[in-house]
Amino acid sequence: MIRKDTLLAWPMIAFMVLFFISPLVLLAGISLHGEDGSWGLGNFAAFLSDPFARGVLTGTLALGAKVTAWVSLAALPLVMLYWHGGKRLRGLILICTLLPMLTANVVRTFAWVVLLGRNGPISQTLLGLGLTERPISFLFSETGLVMALVQIEMPLLLLPVFSVLNRADRKTLEAAEVLGAGRWRAWFSSIFPQIIPAVLAGWVLVFASATTSYVTQSVIGGARLIYLPQFVYREVGVLFQWPMAAAISILLLASTGVIMLGLTMLARHERLQGHG
Amino acid sequence: MAEFRNRLSTLLYWIFVWGGGLAVLIYMIGPIILALVMSFNAGSTLAFPPKGFSLRWYQMLLDPAESGPIHTAAWNSIEVALSTVVLVTLITAPAAWALARANRRFAGSVEPVLLAPLVLPSLVYALAALLALSLLGLGPSFIAVLIGHAAVFAPLMFRTVLGLAQRMNPALEEASATLGASRGRTFLKVSLPGILPGILAGAFLVFMQSLDNVSVTLFLGDPGRTMLPLRLFAMLEESLDGRVAAVSGLLILAAALLLVTLQRFGGRSSS
Repeated sequence: MIRKDTLLAWPMIAFMVLFFISPLVLLAGISLHGEDGSWGLGNFAAFLSDPFARGVLTGTLALGAKVTAWVSLAALPLVMLYWHGGKRLRGLILICTLLPMLTANVVRTFAWVVLLGRNGPISQTLLGLGLTERPISFLFSETGLVMALVQIEMPLLLLPVFSVLNRADRKTLEAAEVLGAGRWRAWFSSIFPQIIPAVLAGWVLVFASATTSYVTQSVIGGARLIYLPQFVYREVGVLFQWPMAAAISILLLASTGVIMLGLTMLARHERLQGHG
Repeated sequence: MAEFRNRLSTLLYWIFVWGGGLAVLIYMIGPIILALVMSFNAGSTLAFPPKGFSLRWYQMLLDPAESGPIHTAAWNSIEVALSTVVLVTLITAPAAWALARANRRFAGSVEPVLLAPLVLPSLVYALAALLALSLLGLGPSFIAVLIGHAAVFAPLMFRTVLGLAQRMNPALEEASATLGASRGRTFLKVSLPGILPGILAGAFLVFMQSLDNVSVTLFLGDPGRTMLPLRLFAMLEESLDGRVAAVSGLLILAAALLLVTLQRFGGRSSS
């Protein structure tokens, strides 16, 4: 069965199956293990029937949705600028996208601690403009957390879109413009449909990353705002409720998975329409 | 009238594209520049605007008497990151090279498994690995962190090497074999130089990610051995001082180096 030319691939395949796939299978199995030794969906039922836990779940999903929505809105003008840009502008935009992404997450979170703090630039500017009388801190608020996560996760949406635009045909847009469609209509009717699959792929990455960014959530959100990752950590590190932690992780994965599946189906649908 | 409306619409379009686009660009890069600026801050707090230029935080960071725990944590992390890079290179580079040459159906069925860690939140994996460890009766350790990091970050190098290996002309290797070079010699002289840029770019990516990862390190690591991301995380939560800015400055420099490496060596594989 193992052919000679694929021999070199097997160490990695074995490594990933042994050390990556099997722990996850184990995680799924343990999530079904009840406190009293029984097997079933008891942990899931217990989690979902607890109003506080349910609030954490919906709060986390809402955080992911908010970040994804703001990322999409903010990315739009930049994506359009990238499309119109020449080689040098595109290069600059690419650097400004890649540098934050390659910078350690802890560093980006630190930058936002300074930005959002009582003595930070945002508070000082508002003070200077007379919009507020006392310095205000945006730390430990969901607004601040969303602002930070939008900047931290935006590259995940931008990069797939940029790579589509690099391959896209400029002539379609020019043709639309020559035919008299306004700038707006030309962009939204000829370029926008082409980037939709990449946008959907980006949404999944942004959503999954925003809902599980433990460091940013704990540091910027503070102790009062609890999201699923902190909840999981509490179950494991403080309460030693491993089966419950496993069940919560599976829920987190499942919710991201459902969104991914939905978006993939939507992308197929859109693509069919685009070519139909 | 119609003419005027057209012009207005075009004007608004360019205001949206240029104004909005540049504003978002500043939003993206601004925090990184701010972190850099604050690292040269002469003041004793991290208040904005900074009070003059100084290297005091870098000096304090480099001083072993004052920042000993940070140094230890940094060395521990670098040790893990380098070991991870070696392990990942050993399993990933041959696999990517072989799969680029394997038949499509086989490669297509295996690749999703090898790329899966890219989409799985590392927190979930960390928990799964911790459960597996304790079920085997093992405790957190250096080896556990190493294997965990390798499993989560191997796809980064797999992607950069695969991209290059797929673009290589198989005729080169055939020619080398026909001319009498042994299999090993062909690999060393022809195949390896072809995929080396991908290995380099991937190694850098894996190194940086390993240095930055909190969840796998937190769950699988020996609590007695502090690691850099955990130390920084603790400093962010407790004693926010200028040294965090100085470490940030160094990590931003590393990210910039990574960017240059990727553009030089990884550009062909990622484009």
